[in-house]
Amino acid sequence: MKPRATIALVLTAGIVFSTAALAQNTIKVGVLHSLSGTMAISETTLKDTILMMIDAQNKKGGLLGKKLEPVVVDPASNWPLFAEKAAQLLEKDKVAVVFGCWTSVSRKSVLPVFEKDNGLLFYPVQYEGEESSKNVIYTGAAPNQQAIPAVDYLMKEVGVKRWVLEGTDYVYPRTTNKILEAYLHLKGVKPDDISINYTPFGYSDWQTRVAAIKKFGSAGKKTAVVSTINGDANVPFYKELGNQKISAENIPVVAFSVGEEELSGVDTKPLVGHLAAWNYFESVSNPVNKAFIDQWHTFIKNNKRTTNDPMEAHYIGFNLWVKAVEKAKTTDVNKVIAALPGLETPNLTGGTAKVLPNHHITKPVLIGEVKADGQFNVVWKSSGEVPGDAWSDYLPGSKDIEADWVTLNCGNYNKITKKCSGQNYK
Amino acid sequence: MVVPGRAQKTDDAAFLAAVAELREATYSDKTAIAERLINTGHPRVRATLTALLEDRLAFRNSDNRAFILKSAEGDPAVLIDPLTLKDAGQAPADAITKVGTNNTLRRTLRTALARYSLASPDASVRLDAVREISQSLDENTLFLLRDRYAVETDARVRKEISVSLAMGALDSDDAQARLRAVRSLSGSLNQDVRNRLARLVDDEHDAAVRSAASAAVAKIDSWRGFYGAIETMFFGLSLGSVLVLIAIGLAITFGVIGVINMAHGELMMLGAYTTYVVQTAMPGHIGISILVAIPAAFLVSGLVGILMERSIVRFLYGRPLETLLATFGVSLVLQQAVRSIFSALNRSVVTPDWMSGSLRVNDALAITYNRLYIVLFTLIVFLAVVLALKRTRLGLNIRAVSQNRAMAKAMGIRTEWVDAMTFGLGSGIAGVAGVALSQLTNVGPNLGQSYIIDSFMVVVFGGVGNLWGSLIGGLSMGLVNNLLEPYTGAVLAKILLLVGLIFLIQVRPRGLFPQTGRAAEDE
Repeated sequence: MKPRATIALVLTAGIVFSTAALAQNTIKVGVLHSLSGTMAISETTLKDTILMMIDAQNKKGGLLGKKLEPVVVDPASNWPLFAEKAAQLLEKDKVAVVFGCWTSVSRKSVLPVFEKDNGLLFYPVQYEGEESSKNVIYTGAAPNQQAIPAVDYLMKEVGVKRWVLEGTDYVYPRTTNKILEAYLHLKGVKPDDISINYTPFGYSDWQTRVAAIKKFGSAGKKTAVVSTINGDANVPFYKELGNQKISAENIPVVAFSVGEEELSGVDTKPLVGHLAAWNYFESVSNPVNKAFIDQWHTFIKNNKRTTNDPMEAHYIGFNLWVKAVEKAKTTDVNKVIAALPGLETPNLTGGTAKVLPNHHITKPVLIGEVKADGQFNVVWKSSGEVPGDAWSDYLPGSKDIEADWVTLNCGNYNKITKKCSGQNYK
Repeated sequence: MVVPGRAQKTDDAAFLAAVAELREATYSDKTAIAERLINTGHPRVRATLTALLEDRLAFRNSDNRAFILKSAEGDPAVLIDPLTLKDAGQAPADAITKVGTNNTLRRTLRTALARYSLASPDASVRLDAVREISQSLDENTLFLLRDRYAVETDARVRKEISVSLAMGALDSDDAQARLRAVRSLSGSLNQDVRNRLARLVDDEHDAAVRSAASAAVAKIDSWRGFYGAIETMFFGLSLGSVLVLIAIGLAITFGVIGVINMAHGELMMLGAYTTYVVQTAMPGHIGISILVAIPAAFLVSGLVGILMERSIVRFLYGRPLETLLATFGVSLVLQQAVRSIFSALNRSVVTPDWMSGSLRVNDALAITYNRLYIVLFTLIVFLAVVLALKRTRLGLNIRAVSQNRAMAKAMGIRTEWVDAMTFGLGSGIAGVAGVALSQLTNVGPNLGQSYIIDSFMVVVFGGVGNLWGSLIGGLSMGLVNNLLEPYTGAVLAKILLLVGLIFLIQVRPRGLFPQTGRAAEDE
């Protein structure tokens, strides 16, 4: 071997060893949220939430005697790029855990990567269900923790008899509406009294649709709109409702994607009185929530920034992960995943979030009416927490399926054929 | 005037006790309490319940005493005593707890309070009150309406009350009275009346009344169908005018000087942000700020356009592919710039009062003001651009350069300057379109992207280089889209429109109104 080559080899080895030594002093935490593109509006806040949680944990002395080190990547609202960035986090940066994704399509895009590389993802947004992966902890609401209770509220408390299911044309609204339609039929609502309609992303010409809703609602029965309209299309929708003189008192709209953050960028006048169903509202008044809001304002250096439901989900998810690591005394993904089910942590509304064997968590359901200041007035709250159900009981194909990663070790177990298939079949 | 005495004192105590119950009641209890309060007939019920409806009723945390707040917002809050209605000092916002309301409770309150408005001196207030009361007709409300009818002088209010009274008379035991009521209602266009008559057709025993009712329903349905068609036409027209508005600027840059400007959408976005800035700069004058924003947006977008032309586009004339890429790059730069300056969150542009609500033509037809103004605005902008091109020196130069550049140059026209001005004019119009869009959609960094495809579609469909083509093209696209939408849904309507466009381009590659003559053949 030539001397020069030897030196190079020694140097390379030295670098490898020193980075390895450095890596042992910190635990890497991956943050996979879009910081540019369409979804940047919502996801940037979640990145900041995780950075705030990491910062606070480090001030408390870190985890297992090591500091936490965030690794932030930007998948730029580009779904295939989510998979690439996830692979980079897991394979190159070797992160212990990833907090990330917003849209269902981005989650579906990274799912194979997390299962192949055996990573751990905390997913913080309400979604359509019909999924349970060994490698994902779903800290957002499943349909039975948001959509079904909202419909129950309208049916029982408001006396709604006719339903408009209005959604943006993609996987979450279509699946949710399928579940809701099955549920309404089960409750004895006639097909004539349900109107389902989809519009494209970012739709802004709502005149015809709103006129149709008005007509549908004038049949002499109390009518409500269940809205799975996504993001930007909401503001023109509510504006048009206001202009055509449809008030929340006549035809209330209950939305599943309109939160404090979304309301901060709009003229709230036409929205007052309309409803939203979530598992957390900034206006819930208790000491834990107040401390969280103060911590957020200090961290982001802006007293006007709002908090919202997915932020609470990340707060819960991060604390659960910390507890699981402390319980397992390692960041090894298999051991952390094994430690997670059964763990409990306080949520921000005064209750407790518990990880269930199906990798979902327990959540309270809250229904709020929009106030003029962009906050919500809670008008209904579930008694206690509702356990998240991965596979809906109201869809024909899905009601026999069970997810259980503790005893069955399966995310898609058919109770009738006694077979495990689909998600992580082994 | 009631003389304050012993009875009054007990009344006051009962009144205050009922109000105090509101503090810890559930929403359904609150509705019952409100109804009980109204039945007490206490002189302060109206003020208290109005305050509750407007989110101005609160309890002081220290002694649980009820107060009316002078305004729903503001810290410290100004307290008013609910009995004397006199100023009762101030309290910091966190020392009081407001009584919350929900939709059902507000609905009840609004109907209950409407009876107080029946005696209002303002006829339009009375009209709203009658409409509100007619939502819940029973013996009490019919009695109130009958009383009012005897003294009412305003023709519109009288008509509205007579409709309500006739609706009430449909429940009468006397078949003749029912028949008279049906006859008087047959001229109505009101959906509630129609539903009530349709129910009567099902329940009625008397054959004469039944046949009269079914004839009335058929008549109302046909009239409502007619007005529904007018409404659809208007919807189409208004969508079309938005399309025309976003395409006019492009028709100038793309059509006249042949530059494919992918940053056109972002110039509209700049116009929308200008509206936001103007509105923030003059907070007390929301109504006028929109009008001020129009020239401001024209200048901002126009200057950015001229800057773009001078620094980038002019080096790329005759190389459409490179222009396309370069302007696409500019669009990304502009998007990220507003993200950095204004944050990625959408900005809230307030709709002024004169643009919200709708113009109620009759019970079956109402036209929303914002759409109506945008249709008018589009026509004004279009005419202004046409006049500018036909009647001004700049317009003459622009037309000369676009028809024959070499000849225009030979005649002493500074073609470079004309190019810059044309680009600036097109960009400025885009900015003006942005002001209109700020009233229809979200003001955010992605505003431009969602409209750029549509604007190119209109220009290509109408015929490149032809302003009138863009006008006809945009309006007809809007109409076709909205005529299809009720049958096919929004997604399929757009797809059908695009498929139709593809076929049309096959037959007429140069659009509806292609440019003819020597200039067109040079391309």
